[in-house]
Amino acid sequence: MKTPKVIVVGGGLAGLMAAIRVAESGVATDLFSIVPVKRSHSVCAQGGINAAKNTKGEGDSTDKHLDDTVYGGDFLANQAPVKRMCDAAPGIIDLLDRMGVMFNRTPEGNLDYRRFGGTLYHRTAFAGATTGQQILYALDEQVRRFEAEGKVTKYEGWTFLSAVLDDAGVCRGICAMDLKTMEVRTFPADAAIFCTGGIGAIFGRSTNSVVCTGSAQSALFQQGVHYANGEFIQVHPTAIPGEDKLRLMSESARGEGGRIWVPKQPGDSRAPLTIPKEERFYFLEEWYPKYGNLVPRDVATRAIHRIVFEEKLGAGGDAAVYLDLTHIPREVLNRKLEGILEIYEKFVGLDPRDEPMKVFPGMHYTMGGIWIDNDHAATNMPGIYAAGECEYQYHGANRLGANSLVSCIWGGMVAGPASVKYAKGLDKGWESVPATIFDRERQKQEQVNESLVKQDGPENPITIWKEMGAWMTEHVTVVRHNRNLENTDAKLRELLERYRRINLSDRTKWSNQTLSFARELYNMLVLARVITLGAAARNESRGAHYKPDCPDRDDKHWLKTTRAVWQGGEIRFEYDDVDTSLVPPRQRRYDMTR
Amino acid sequence: MAGKKTVIVRVKRQAAPGQSVRWEEYEMPWRPSLNVIICLRDIAENPVTRDGQKTTPVSYDANCLEEVCGACAMIVNGRPRQACSALVDSLQQPIRLEPLTKFPVIRDLAVDRNSMFMNLRRMKAWVPIDGTYDLGEGPRMSAEQQEKAYPLSRCITCGNCLEVCPQVNQHTQFVGAAILSQVRLFNMHPTGAMHARERLEAVMGPGGVADCANAQNCVEVCPKDIPLTESIAEVNRQAIKQSVMGWLFG
Repeated sequence: MKTPKVIVVGGGLAGLMAAIRVAESGVATDLFSIVPVKRSHSVCAQGGINAAKNTKGEGDSTDKHLDDTVYGGDFLANQAPVKRMCDAAPGIIDLLDRMGVMFNRTPEGNLDYRRFGGTLYHRTAFAGATTGQQILYALDEQVRRFEAEGKVTKYEGWTFLSAVLDDAGVCRGICAMDLKTMEVRTFPADAAIFCTGGIGAIFGRSTNSVVCTGSAQSALFQQGVHYANGEFIQVHPTAIPGEDKLRLMSESARGEGGRIWVPKQPGDSRAPLTIPKEERFYFLEEWYPKYGNLVPRDVATRAIHRIVFEEKLGAGGDAAVYLDLTHIPREVLNRKLEGILEIYEKFVGLDPRDEPMKVFPGMHYTMGGIWIDNDHAATNMPGIYAAGECEYQYHGANRLGANSLVSCIWGGMVAGPASVKYAKGLDKGWESVPATIFDRERQKQEQVNESLVKQDGPENPITIWKEMGAWMTEHVTVVRHNRNLENTDAKLRELLERYRRINLSDRTKWSNQTLSFARELYNMLVLARVITLGAAARNESRGAHYKPDCPDRDDKHWLKTTRAVWQGGEIRFEYDDVDTSLVPPRQRRYDMTR
Repeated sequence: MAGKKTVIVRVKRQAAPGQSVRWEEYEMPWRPSLNVIICLRDIAENPVTRDGQKTTPVSYDANCLEEVCGACAMIVNGRPRQACSALVDSLQQPIRLEPLTKFPVIRDLAVDRNSMFMNLRRMKAWVPIDGTYDLGEGPRMSAEQQEKAYPLSRCITCGNCLEVCPQVNQHTQFVGAAILSQVRLFNMHPTGAMHARERLEAVMGPGGVADCANAQNCVEVCPKDIPLTESIAEVNRQAIKQSVMGWLFG
């Protein structure tokens, strides 16, 4: 008898939602996660989740949500999937509310909504400033319930190494490693849904969590899964710089009235609140009168770069601007933003209720990701699906704030049922796949470990990682020049060469974190090349991808999805047309007053 | 590193469960805004002890690095806390790092806190919904009620409250403050409250609320300032009420 089985890799919002949907349909679900799922990076999402509920009488609608999303993404997103997501968003909020997410309430007891970037409507439901954490917990609790009922089996503390492919290139399961025992094992299934999140570690320091390496995406890419729009990297305008990570200061700070400014006098070193109003430059409000501090992230980030590096107006002479909340009543701040204020207090040691915060842009999100089709979240390889940040579908060339949570959950809702349908429709299930298919993949992966552990070269994996991060941050984020991109690729190839001589300094076979990091590092280097080469090829500026040498959007040549293909160890690019059937492309100008 | 300002870190190391425990000391250059995590990364980049011996990188758990995922709990200078928010400049040196003691050590500073998740399962810490299909909006809730529940919902399952609880030991099965506080949270939700009886039954079982001896250490170390003792008192009150009602009207 055939018993369909689906594997979900990744336990953030997308993975948990996919697992819930698969389990709900009665199909056995194995859920894999590097960390206990409750510690996934989704906990870091702060500001909220978008849905056009129109609870404030502003005339908002799901069509306007679609328009804002597509326009915000500079028309690179395929529009039919975006429309389905925006249409589903209000129902997603209802579902989360039923699950017990502690969203903020209005005096009448309804959900409250706030403003966010790239829209003029109050469209963002929120739970303080820890919305991602709250939603993750709600989904985690539902999955725990299915686990108690025996419908979901969790493998926490396992890292994905590769897909198990049969001779026809069909996915028949995965190969993973237990991070405690370092055992490499294969797990059969009819389909696998990848929900492996962001890639921040490729940039060294980012707002992402430690596990966001993009290693799984890269491993799949090297097995033949296509990777789309990799060059579109979101740099969030407001983060606290740090040596270990860039800590996000949510856009919701501005949604609640926070203002960005710098002293008009270059190098003005007076305490910020002693600087009179007329000597402050509220540059976003001045340059973008309609959207003000709530322009989309790519626009705000470029403005801050211009202020700091071209106008030399950085706050206190530093590479920083002020994010000022001090005019907002403390009670409002505590009720709506406490989570992020606490982060600033704990890590900087100053109270943002009393003193403007010093912030600077930081790498935050990848719009690009695993290529999936428009209807079923299916990759180009049979049996492999993707949802959440790791895929490319919903955000085009720039993601709007608070759209990520909704795209993660919606992605899980699409991929779950699609994988179940595929699994049930297979003539022969995982039970009929010969053991040799699994054995050969396991042996291959064990071999990689063996040779890594044996190596005795002079290179340290952390050092290589830091160099990659520094190059990627300097040349492949906010401003891109072709010469620098070419040099970065040369650097990445040098690092790949040096990687062959790394020394793990740890040959043990028990909880060897250096071994798993080294494996991720290789995959990061490959994906870094996909991002860099994709950026080099795209000679236009669109959304987050900005080249001063070709500053305009070029729809004639580049209204195209980039599709990276791995062929014989080399990266090749193909380009597909974008679905613009619902919102005709128009000029993207946030500086217009009307 | 003569002349330059440095940081000295001592780590309690153990290669695997059952293996011998030893302390190692490391020295690294001081930089502004260092935290314990950066020190551990420095060691991984240059795994050499202070007296020049080659060693292995230290195993530890960490993820979000902004004190919201709960992963990097460890004992820093004798106190359980998150390593990411343990800033070097506020710590006395040498900085002493030890694994939490109430959970099995995996290696070095990494411990296995799966028991906490298992206890959440035992206590049915969820809102039982009929399904994920569209059933309309959730129950109305006053802003006041939300403001009471939300702080409880910020628990990051770090385990610090268990670490300092004298009742969490080899002789009891006490689930600890974090788990009991989650019972209070779900009993507070309008839908969750419909199933409060099941949760309270679990709470009255072995390792439940009766094991709390009111030491009140838990609230002192909670990184999220959750009113844990209030939660335990409230769950205790609910449990007593349920058992008295059961006894009266059985």
